[in-house]
Amino acid sequence: MDDRSAPAGPVIYDMGVVRGFAISTLLWGGVGMLVGLLAAIQLAWPELNFPPYLHFGRIRPVHTNAVIFGFTLGAVFTGTYYAVQRLCRVRMYSDLLSRINLWGWNAIIVAAAVTLLLGKTTSKEYAELEWPIDIAIAVVWVVYGINFLGTIAIRRERQMYAALWFWIATVLTIAMLHIVNSMALPVSMWKSYSAYAGVHDANIQWWYGHNAVGFLLTTPILGLMYYFLPKQAGRPIFSHRLSILHFWSLIFIYIWAGPHHLIYSPLPDWAQTFGAAFSVMLILPSWGGMLNGLLTLRGAWDRVRTDPLLKMFVVGLTFYGMSTFEGPMMALKTVNSLSHFTNWTIGHVHSGALGWVGLTSFAVLYYIVPRLWHTSLYSVRLAEVHFWVATLGLVLYVTPMWVSGVTQGLMWRAVNPDGSLAYTFIETVSAIRIYDVIRAFGGALFVGGAFIMFYNVWMTIRQGTAEAPAPDALAGAAPAVAGGR
Amino acid sequence: MAYEWHRPIEGRWISFTALTFLAIVVGGLVLLIPPFYMQGTIEPVEGMRPYSALEVEGRDIYIREGCNTCHSQMVRPFKTETDRYGHYSVAGESIYDRPFLWGSRRTGPDLARAGGRYPDSWHWLHFVDPRNIEPRSNMPAFEFLTERPLDTSLTSRRLATLRRLGHPYSDAEISGAAQAAARQAESVAASLRADGIALDETQARSEAIALIAYLQSLGRAMKQQAATTALVGEAR
Repeated sequence: MDDRSAPAGPVIYDMGVVRGFAISTLLWGGVGMLVGLLAAIQLAWPELNFPPYLHFGRIRPVHTNAVIFGFTLGAVFTGTYYAVQRLCRVRMYSDLLSRINLWGWNAIIVAAAVTLLLGKTTSKEYAELEWPIDIAIAVVWVVYGINFLGTIAIRRERQMYAALWFWIATVLTIAMLHIVNSMALPVSMWKSYSAYAGVHDANIQWWYGHNAVGFLLTTPILGLMYYFLPKQAGRPIFSHRLSILHFWSLIFIYIWAGPHHLIYSPLPDWAQTFGAAFSVMLILPSWGGMLNGLLTLRGAWDRVRTDPLLKMFVVGLTFYGMSTFEGPMMALKTVNSLSHFTNWTIGHVHSGALGWVGLTSFAVLYYIVPRLWHTSLYSVRLAEVHFWVATLGLVLYVTPMWVSGVTQGLMWRAVNPDGSLAYTFIETVSAIRIYDVIRAFGGALFVGGAFIMFYNVWMTIRQGTAEAPAPDALAGAAPAVAGGR
Repeated sequence: MAYEWHRPIEGRWISFTALTFLAIVVGGLVLLIPPFYMQGTIEPVEGMRPYSALEVEGRDIYIREGCNTCHSQMVRPFKTETDRYGHYSVAGESIYDRPFLWGSRRTGPDLARAGGRYPDSWHWLHFVDPRNIEPRSNMPAFEFLTERPLDTSLTSRRLATLRRLGHPYSDAEISGAAQAAARQAESVAASLRADGIALDETQARSEAIALIAYLQSLGRAMKQQAATTALVGEAR
C-alpha cells in the first residue's frame, strides 16, 4: 500500500454526492428547525397542539431526529464526502456506495418523520426509530464506513490529516453505539421491546445517548473544523501536537461519561461517579480542540471582521468551549441535583447544538456550495445578516433557558419554615412560562436566519452550474477547484 | 519533535483504526457489563409483578404518545422529592420496564408513584382536557384516546414477546390476554361510571382506559414495600 504513484491525469472528484447531501441537509434543517419551533410554541400555548399527529409528545422526536440525523449528519456527510477525496487525493472508493448512502439515508429520514408522527417509536431518546429503520440505518452506516475507509485505503497521500482521525472515530463509534443500543425483539412490523430492561436499558441508552452527542455532534464537527477553518482562514492548524493529544484523550474519555445522565437514579453509585469524574476530565480535551481552532486564527483575526464564515467558526468554537465547560459542571452531583429534569439541560444542549454544531455546519455549507456550483456566494452581506440573526437568536434561546431551569429547580426544592414544600408543581410550571415564550422567540430568530441562508444558497445555485467549466477557465479559480472539477 | 512517535500511525490506516477502536471500547465494557451481574439491579422488589395485559397495552400507548418526553418516572433520593412524589426509585422496580421510562425532563410532574394518587375519573377528565382540572396546565389534550377503541389483536403477541425476554407470563395469561384486557377494562369503566362519567360502548373500551390502568399500576409495589419498611423501622 506504499505504492502510491502520482495519478496519470487530474483526479476527477465525485461532487455529485456532495451536491445531493448539501441540498438534503438544508431541506432537513428547515423541516427540523420549524418543527422545533412549533414544539417550543406548544409549551407556551398548549392550544396549538393538534392531536393525534401534531402534539408535543410526537413532534419532539421528529424535531430531534430531523436536526440530528437529517441536518447535522447531513452536514457531516456533505463535508466528509467533499474533504475526504481532497485529503486522500482520490475519487471516492465507490460511486455506487456513495449513491446508496445518499438515497438510502434520505429515505431513512423520510421514514423516520412519517413513523414518528404515526407514533411508531421506541421512546429511547435519539434512538426512537423502530427496528426496520434501525436495520436500514445500520446497513447504510456500514456502506458509508466502507466507502469512507475504502477511500482512505486507496489514498495517494501518505499522512492522514487530523480531520480524518475524527471521522474514523465517528464511523466506528456510531456503528457500535447504534447496534448495541437498538437491540430489541419485534412484536410486529412497527413495535418491538428493548432487549434490556430497567436499569440496564437506562445504562445502555445513556451510554448511547451521551456518545451520540460525542460522536455525532462533536467529533465529526471537529473534523469539519479541522479541514474547513484552516481552508477559509488560509492558515495551517495551530498545533499538530495538540491535535494528537486532544484527539486520543477526547475519544477515550468521552465513552465513560454517559452515566452523568443518570445521577441520583437507581444506577449503581460507582457508575454514576465514573460518569461525573470522566465528565470533568472531558474539559481538557474539549478545550484542546477549541483552542486549536481559535489559535489557528492567530495573525488572521482582522479577517474575522469582514468574513461571516470565520465569524461563524469563531462563535461556534466559543459555544463549544462554553458548553463543554457547562456540561461537566452539570455532571457534578450537587449541580445536577438542581439542573436535572429542568430546562437548564435543554438550554445546555442547544448552546452546543445551535452554537457549535449549527454555526459550524452553516459555515461549512457556505464554503462548499459556491465551489460545488462553480460560482461565488450570491451575497456575503446576507451571510453576515444570517450570522448576526442566528447569534442573537442563540442568546435569546440559551439565556432564558438557564433562568428557567434554575428557577424551576429552586422552586422544586424550596421549603417553608416548617419543612413542607413551598410550591405545588403547577406553580413551577406557571413561573417558567414567560421564559418559554422568550425561548420560542429566540428559536424563531435562529430559524429565520436559516431561511435567509436557504435563499442565499438557492440564488447561488441558480447563478452557478453543476458542470465543471472548461479546463482553461480553471486557471484563475480557487485552489479548492483546481485539480478536479 | 515530541510527537514524532505518532507519525507512523498517521500513515497506517488499519493500525490507526484498530487503535481508535481500542480507545472507544474500554469505557463501555467497564460501565455496561458489571451491572448485569449485580443482584440489586436484576432482582424484583417484593410484591413486584409483571404488567397485566391491559397495563401492557396502556404502557405502549404511553410510549406511542411520547408521554415520557414530558413526564419522568424517576424519583431522586431527596427529601423534597420524596415529599412531593413518594419513595425514591429503586432498581428492582423497573426490571419489567422494556424500555425504561425514567425520562429526562419534567415539563409535567413525575409519574413513578402515580398509581392510586387520583381516581380513574380524574385521569379521564384530565385526558379530555387537562385544563378542565388545572387551568394553568400546558399538557396537550388527549381526548382522541377516549374515543378510539383499544386494538387488542396484538395483546397476546406483546406478552409472548415479553416472555421470551424473561417476563414470567403463563401460557394461559398469554393465550387469554385479550380477554383479560377486556375484563380489566370493564372494571375501569365501571369505576368511571360510578363517578358519574357517562361512557358509550366505544369509550368503555377505549385506549384511554388502558392508559388509566397503566398509570394506576405505577409505583404500587414500592408503596407496599415502603409501608412494610416503616413498620419494621418502628419495631426497631
